[in-house]
Order: sequence, then C-alpha cells, then structure tokens
Amino acid sequence: MAIFLTAESRILVQGITGSEGRKHGARMLAAGTNVVGGTNPRKAGQTVELNGTEVPVFGTVAETMAATGADVSVVFVPETGTKTAVLEAIEAEIPLCIVITEGIPVHDTAEFWAYACEKGNKTRIVGPNCPGIASPGKSNAGIIPADITSEGRIGLVSKSGTLTYQMMYELRDIGFSTAVGIGGDPIIGTTHIDCLRAFEDDPETSAVVMIGEIGGDAEERAAAFIEQNVSKPVVGYVAGFTAPEGKTMGHAGAIISGSSGTAQAKKEALEKAGVRVGKTPSETAALVREVIRTL
Amino acid sequence: MPGAGCLGSDRRRARARLLVDAAVTRRAARRKQRTEIGPPVDLFEYQAKELFAEYGVPVPKDKVADTPEEAREITAAFAAEGTPEVVVKAQVKTGGRGKAGGVKLADGPADAYEKAQRIIGMDIKGHTVHKVLIAEATDIQSEYYLSFLLDRANRTFMSICSVEGGIEIEDVAHSNPDAIARVPVSPLTGVDYAKALEIIKAGRIPDEAAEQAALLAERLWAMFTDEDATLVEVNPMVLTPDGRVLALDGKVTLDDNAAYRQDHERFADASSTDPIETRAKEKHLNYVKLEGEVGIIGNGAGLVMSTLDVVAYAGEAFGGIRPANFLDIGGGASAEVMANGLEIVLSDPSVRSVFVNVFGGITACDAVANGIVSALGLLASRGEEVDRPIVVRLDGNKAAEGRAILTEANLPVVEQVDTMDGAARRAAELAAAAPAKGA
Repeated sequence: MAIFLTAESRILVQGITGSEGRKHGARMLAAGTNVVGGTNPRKAGQTVELNGTEVPVFGTVAETMAATGADVSVVFVPETGTKTAVLEAIEAEIPLCIVITEGIPVHDTAEFWAYACEKGNKTRIVGPNCPGIASPGKSNAGIIPADITSEGRIGLVSKSGTLTYQMMYELRDIGFSTAVGIGGDPIIGTTHIDCLRAFEDDPETSAVVMIGEIGGDAEERAAAFIEQNVSKPVVGYVAGFTAPEGKTMGHAGAIISGSSGTAQAKKEALEKAGVRVGKTPSETAALVREVIRTL
Repeated sequence: MPGAGCLGSDRRRARARLLVDAAVTRRAARRKQRTEIGPPVDLFEYQAKELFAEYGVPVPKDKVADTPEEAREITAAFAAEGTPEVVVKAQVKTGGRGKAGGVKLADGPADAYEKAQRIIGMDIKGHTVHKVLIAEATDIQSEYYLSFLLDRANRTFMSICSVEGGIEIEDVAHSNPDAIARVPVSPLTGVDYAKALEIIKAGRIPDEAAEQAALLAERLWAMFTDEDATLVEVNPMVLTPDGRVLALDGKVTLDDNAAYRQDHERFADASSTDPIETRAKEKHLNYVKLEGEVGIIGNGAGLVMSTLDVVAYAGEAFGGIRPANFLDIGGGASAEVMANGLEIVLSDPSVRSVFVNVFGGITACDAVANGIVSALGLLASRGEEVDRPIVVRLDGNKAAEGRAILTEANLPVVEQVDTMDGAARRAAELAAAAPAKGA
C-alpha cells in the first residue's frame, strides 16, 4: 500500500522545462514513476523529452489534471515563483503537492499554507525544501535516489535529505514501504505526526524510523502523539547535539533559540514516549534491525 | 479610522521607496550566486530603529556613535535642539545590557563622552561593544510589550502584546501569564487598524494609549511583512507623561531566504562576524565556525549536523576532541567547491585533522573523489601546503569507484575509512595525536 504515494499515483511536474525539472523528471521516469505531464505557462502545447519519453507540457495545473488525470504535483519552480506555483496547485485542488524548491522566504510558505487551510486542506503539501517521497518499487516523486534501497516494511519520515538517503541505504536489505522527506524549514506542510498517523494505518509498514533535527518543537509533539496513538515500534534519530545556540545549521529551521529546540530535549521527549533513539545514524539503523527481528 | 489618512500616505511613500529598493536588490541578487544560505539576520537596536523610523513607528530622536568624540558631538547637537539629556546605549546583539552597565544616562556632551568611553570596548556576554546609540532621554509613564513573529508550532504568524513591558516577556509569562495576549495573525488577511486595535485591547493596553499603540502596531506589521522579518519586537513600547506612544527599544530578525528581494546586505556586520565565516560567505560556502579541532566537510545540512555530533561523540574517548566547524558543500561537490571548502577549513589554525563525509545520493562519489584529488592539486598550485591529515568517508552512489580513485591517487594526507562512525573516530584520534599548529 505505502503512504501518500502508490503505484497508481500520476505525477505532474511544475517547472518541467527548467534544468531541475528536466533532470529529476527523467530520473523519476527511469525509476518507473508515472510522470504524466508538466507545466510551464510559456510552453503550453509543447512536449519535453525526458530520456526518450515525450512528456506533454500544459499551461496550468488544472489543465494538466484534466488532460492526464494527474493527482500529484512535484514543484521544481525556483524560489522567486514557488509561492505562485503552489497557490495554483492548491486552487486546482490537486490531492498532493510536493515542494522540492529550497530557499523559499518563510512569508511565502506561511501564505500558501494558510491558503491550503482556507481551502479545507484538500491539497496535502509536503515540504518545502524537501527531497520528496519515495515508495520503493512503486513510485518516486522528488529527488530521492531510487536505486539506493529496496521495497520493504520500514516507514521513514525525516527532516533531512542526506540523512534520509543514508538511512535508506544502510537498511536497503530490509527495505522501505515509503520514505517521506518533510523538509527542515520553519514552516512545513506535512509533519512528522501526519506521517506517523499514516504509517500506523498502513498495513505494509511494520516499523517507523523518525529523523529529526534541532529547532522548533515538532519532535516533542511527535513524541506526545506516539505515546497516545502509535502501536508500531518507532526508532528515532536527532541531529544537532553540538549545534550552538543562535546559529543556523544549513536548514532555515535548524536553529536553537533560548532553551527550546535542543537535540537533547527532543531525544528525552522521544525516549519518554518509548521511542528508542540512536546516538549515530549507524546505531539508529542497528536499532531498527533489532526491532524488525523481534517482530 | 483615526489617523488613517496620514498613515496611508506614509505607507504609500514607504512602499514606493521599497519598490525602487526591491528592483535594485533583485538586479543585485541575479548577479549573486544562488548557493549561499546564511543565518537569519539579527539587527542591532540602532538598525531596528532606523527601520522603525522608515515605517513611521515613532522612536525617540537618536543617532549612533562609533567613538566617545562622536557621542559628545551628537549630544551637543541634541543639546542645541533643547534636549541635552541622553541615554548612551551599548549596541550588542544580546540581552542584559542594562545589568552589565551598558546603558547609562548622561546629562550633557561631556558626560556622554565619558559614558561612551566607558561603554565602547566593554564585553557583554562575550560580545564586544563597538558602537553606542545616543538617544534623547524619554520620560516614561508606562512600559508595554508588542511583537509580531513567526509561530512555527501553528504554522502562522502571531502577535504578542502585554501591558507589562520593559522586562523579559518570558518572566511575565511565568509570573503573570494572564497579562500576555497571544493573538494569531493570518498571513492572508494581515493586520489593519481594526485588527491592530484588537491586539492592543487583548494586551490590556489602557485606553489613553490604545489608539496610538494600535497605529504603531499597524505600521509595525507593514514592516514585518514588507521587510520579510521573522520577528519584530518593541520592548518597551512606552507611554510618556505628555501622552505619546514610542518604541524605546527594538529587536528585529530578518529572513535570509528573502535576501533576493530585499536589501538586507546593508545590515551586514563584519565586526561581529567571525573572519573565516566572512571569507566563507564570499566564496558562497555554508560555513559556521565552532570551537574544536576536527574540520568538517560534508554534503547536506542534516548529514553535516549529524557528522558534528558523531565526531564530538567519538572525541570523548580522546580527551574531548570536538568538531571545528559546520560546512555543507551541498550536491555536486566540484573540485573548485571542494578546494574552497578545504582551504576555508584549513585556514582555521585550531583544525588538526579534517573529516570529509559524503553520502552519494544524487551526487556520485567518483565525482567527489575526483574533486578531492583536483582540490589538493589546486591548493598545491595556489601554494597552500596541506599539512594536516584528511579522513575521507565515501558511501552510497558509486562509492566503490570513488574509493578506488582515492586509493589510486595515493595522496599522503588522505586516509579512507568506510563507515561514518569509524571515520569520525579516526579523525578524532588523528586530531588528538597532532600537535596544535604553531606549538
């Protein structure tokens, strides 16, 4: 089954004619994903060639959906135009919109998130500044490398791209149902909690790995949610124990302000909720192996 | 709507000016490489107040001084205008200035000189004072608190307003939580005068100050959105005995992601930035200086953050060896980026070993390995001798090919370890064994 993204998902790429859109559109196709079309208002009616496949280009998300039955949008539009692109996707009521673009001003994210809420959350937003979603063997929407892992029973939700890849690679023999990169910005659409809830309900997922990092209180709230609502085993990892207060570590959201948002506080909250937390990514992977063995 | 006409024209002016500024900035941004990711920009009080003044948020008359002589001249000019009493305020990006003796009243030019002389150069919680703000002394009847900020937990904006200002809002939150109003603000509808008044009333600001405070709040919101701020705080917002509402102190944090459409460069502060960080920024590298001995280079913010932790963890066994920096070279890792990264990391004299930690996702490890080989060649041709050991861990996409390239290159300073934990341990061990540079 997997969560959010299945073999039936029909993907459209917003910004398909740009360099990122073309490159990753081709990679998605190569991974067996149904990339059914893309948008660029200035190139509507043309096609774009991705690894030998001609993919149709439409003017708008709504047109693409009507013509192709697309139900997932992956946004590669540069940060100067991302807000407009996402607002358009929400307006068209596409069920899932994955925003890969990084460096989006938080006022823009706040605005499109508020708009999605006002429209009744008909569109699930993932990201921004995230690697996307991969359901190995089924579909790959975003920039997660398709060949580093295999299909299996672990669900993964992560704020960080490379740590996602690292974990998928370390556990490639067990494999993943779905990996969701939710992004590390101060405001994101889909949260750890949303993914935990979906993994709990997914019969193909047996255990969940949750990767967090400093900043905000999303991990603490996820811990409270796990305590109340998750029966499947959860293994956690938190990055940023050595990060100093007041300095950002790459992700716009990865900043410790005052006493809140520290890695230690997150680790303690997760452990209190019964989550086993690894000290390093490799130790975390080893914990997952242990958990899977005992199932 | 009281005062709306005046506000409208002010804001129109402000907006017209901003449109011009924004166009200039957009042109500059297009020239700039887009790989740069910096920290949010915290402003000094004097910079925050410059912005307040631009947006029509009333502030006391003030001017910034770099030297005691300037402080005297500014105070003399204020005295000539009939306000000889001033406050000399240390400009540092930390709280507790008053307690540290960084805020002093002066009764005239000579006194301002003396106070400035004492404050400039002072150390406040590790921050050296380079500038003082000379502000006309204000009689205070009441002190309030007002801010707009990003509410991460609820994924929206929020205003905090309180009749109890002038002290840490966290303290009020503990001692008298009812005195603090937290009002959600929709990014879609924002703050007009009616909403501003709702915020002010919720904070229980008394009627005699409410109308002016609401006007101040409305202008503060315009600044919050137009400048792409993540925090604008007025503390204290004061009511004077003659019935004026003023922003006596201010704190502003700007969103660096919005730098492409804002003129935030003007707030850059070379004096309080680490010199290596400044040079890294010039080379468009995402580098943060830390206190430690193992230089770190990696790809992806989360992996690099994790690398710091793993090194610190491994370093415990070697007498407390710590990571010396954060450096995310992102995807690609071309020879030039790798060379620049190595050069920056090695320019830190406290670095005794380097750990290059790359997981090849989209990035292929063979390209990274070639990058490392060329980078060392490039550094040698620039006359930079690489004299400290470099531990490299390559994993993921084309790891075997990458490792083979490094093995074949047979570089004396490079040592390969296959796992992240093992490589961190080796880098810590090498750092512990090496003498400090210059020792």
